[in-house]
Amino acid sequence: MSGSGVVQVAGEVVANRRVGAYHHLTIVAPGVAELARPGQFVALAVGGPTSANLLRRCFSLHKVKASGTYGGTLDVVVAAHGPGTQWLTGLSTHDAVDVVAPLGRPFPLPAEPVPCVLVGGGYGSAPLFWLAEALRERGCHVEMVLGAASEDRLFGVVEARRSADGVTVTTDDGSAGRRGWVSDVLGEVVDRTGAGVVYACGPMGMLRSVTEVAQAHGAVAQVAVEESMACGIGVCMTCVMPVRGTDGTTRMVRSCVEGPVFRGDLVRWDAIGGGITRVPEDAVGAPRPGGH
Amino acid sequence: MVDMSTTLAGATLPNPVMTASGCAANGKELHRFFPVSDLGAFVTKTVMRDPRSGRPTPRMAETSSGMLNSIGLQGPGIDAFCEQDLPWLAAQGARVLVSVAGNTAEEFGEVVQRLVASPAWPCVVGVEANISCPNVANRGLVFACDPVSSERVVQIVRTRVPEGVPVFAKLTPDVTDIVAIADAVLRAGADGLTMINTLLGIVIDTDLLRPQLAGVTGGLSGPAVRPVAVRAVWQVTAAMRAGTIPTAPVIGVGGVRTGADALELVAAGASAVQVGTATFNDPSAPRRVLTELEEHLARHGFTRFADAVGVAHERMAAL
Repeated sequence: MSGSGVVQVAGEVVANRRVGAYHHLTIVAPGVAELARPGQFVALAVGGPTSANLLRRCFSLHKVKASGTYGGTLDVVVAAHGPGTQWLTGLSTHDAVDVVAPLGRPFPLPAEPVPCVLVGGGYGSAPLFWLAEALRERGCHVEMVLGAASEDRLFGVVEARRSADGVTVTTDDGSAGRRGWVSDVLGEVVDRTGAGVVYACGPMGMLRSVTEVAQAHGAVAQVAVEESMACGIGVCMTCVMPVRGTDGTTRMVRSCVEGPVFRGDLVRWDAIGGGITRVPEDAVGAPRPGGH
Repeated sequence: MVDMSTTLAGATLPNPVMTASGCAANGKELHRFFPVSDLGAFVTKTVMRDPRSGRPTPRMAETSSGMLNSIGLQGPGIDAFCEQDLPWLAAQGARVLVSVAGNTAEEFGEVVQRLVASPAWPCVVGVEANISCPNVANRGLVFACDPVSSERVVQIVRTRVPEGVPVFAKLTPDVTDIVAIADAVLRAGADGLTMINTLLGIVIDTDLLRPQLAGVTGGLSGPAVRPVAVRAVWQVTAAMRAGTIPTAPVIGVGGVRTGADALELVAAGASAVQVGTATFNDPSAPRRVLTELEEHLARHGFTRFADAVGVAHERMAAL
């Protein structure tokens, strides 16, 4: 409905190209670009209206365009690792895909033009180029740190050189940039630039490390999480995470509506690990001995 | 034009399509896609007395034409529900079927007592006692698997809900004889039944070779379970027609994705239909199912929705 900040539209694929280990899709989705901001995401239905895969697949918005040859479009970066993402990466031009977007809270932008470091793990870098442009428009000095297991799993190194004032690349195997993790180089980049904010998107383990390094070097971390979601719109309660509120109290909050961007130091990393997120004992409504 | 109105134990609704508990939160999220007052009723997420964090994650596993969930009844508790959620639904003009649960039969009663005291109570068209949720941490408390504990909950809830507002008992299909449970809760005072809740299941993660859900078991829902829902509605309404259990309205729920799916439950005997898991796939699903159901009824020449309820019982092929 109008004024609700989100649209559900029948999208149409206008481009699907391979980029390293990923696919970059452009989808016509009128109405999304006017509403979207960096850090927000899209929930795509997969397999068509009679699909046996009912759950939506959520992707951060790589970029949006309000108008153009095809009308408004959105771009996403997809890694094919399951039936839903395989269906998406197999789409051809003119194929239909149901779009719900934009969803979630965007990256908060600093009021002052402070230096920022943007950290992307693998294709988690997808929303950062758009964010970099928004930050530079505000006069922020922007550096990017892109990391991945290997060169083919990096996304957007060339684009980063256009969008940012400096780029550092790391790979686990040393096939591109410095051998190691983004967290190995982040501290020196924060120190050199005097960054006040570190924005990051990627796997949970990386986000935890980025938060720790940012804190140790005097910067605030804003992290966009990749929790698995069933709906993306806030009704299924599957994507919850323990996050401290400004009142200091931990709650299990939906990453789709209260996130996906959280202040890193408010996430209860101590409860997250091994593929499981536990409910901290001090969380609101946590199970008590002898029953809930 | 089909007269889509339906009457459920005294509560008349403009149409028979509802959300399903736990698949629509408490309305604000779906209201971005369609007005919640368009539905016959909005069914809220099960509310308990105290705030609950729910279970660890992963809480969800996709299955063929369905999903397994183990949310663990996460929610803000009845007081926050009465202060925030119910007044919002009332302000939208929604008719609300409130889903309630408790760790004990007495706690069901406490939740209902606070609900009835809410200033927004007039928007409530019924109370759905969730006696069958399989996600509660204490496995001993699945009331709906036992006729005696089911009866006790229903008695307490019925006593606390004012006359004229119907009480529905939501039943699990994970029992040997659902007709016996239906009989027990109707004799205990339930005005109607909601069938079915999820079916208990386990998914193994074949990479990690461990259960995919942190809580191990979860409730299976989605189109995969629809034939089970149709069967449950059929068996219970057949027993009502045969006069072996008391007659009462049935709300059908389980795997409805389209108007044709809804029509299956209606033809099997459901006087209303809830749309659950399909909402995760399509946030407009409840509203769309209403439109599609009306189209199907018109195609069959029905002028009143009520005439289609249970029609399949009268059209069985002669053997």
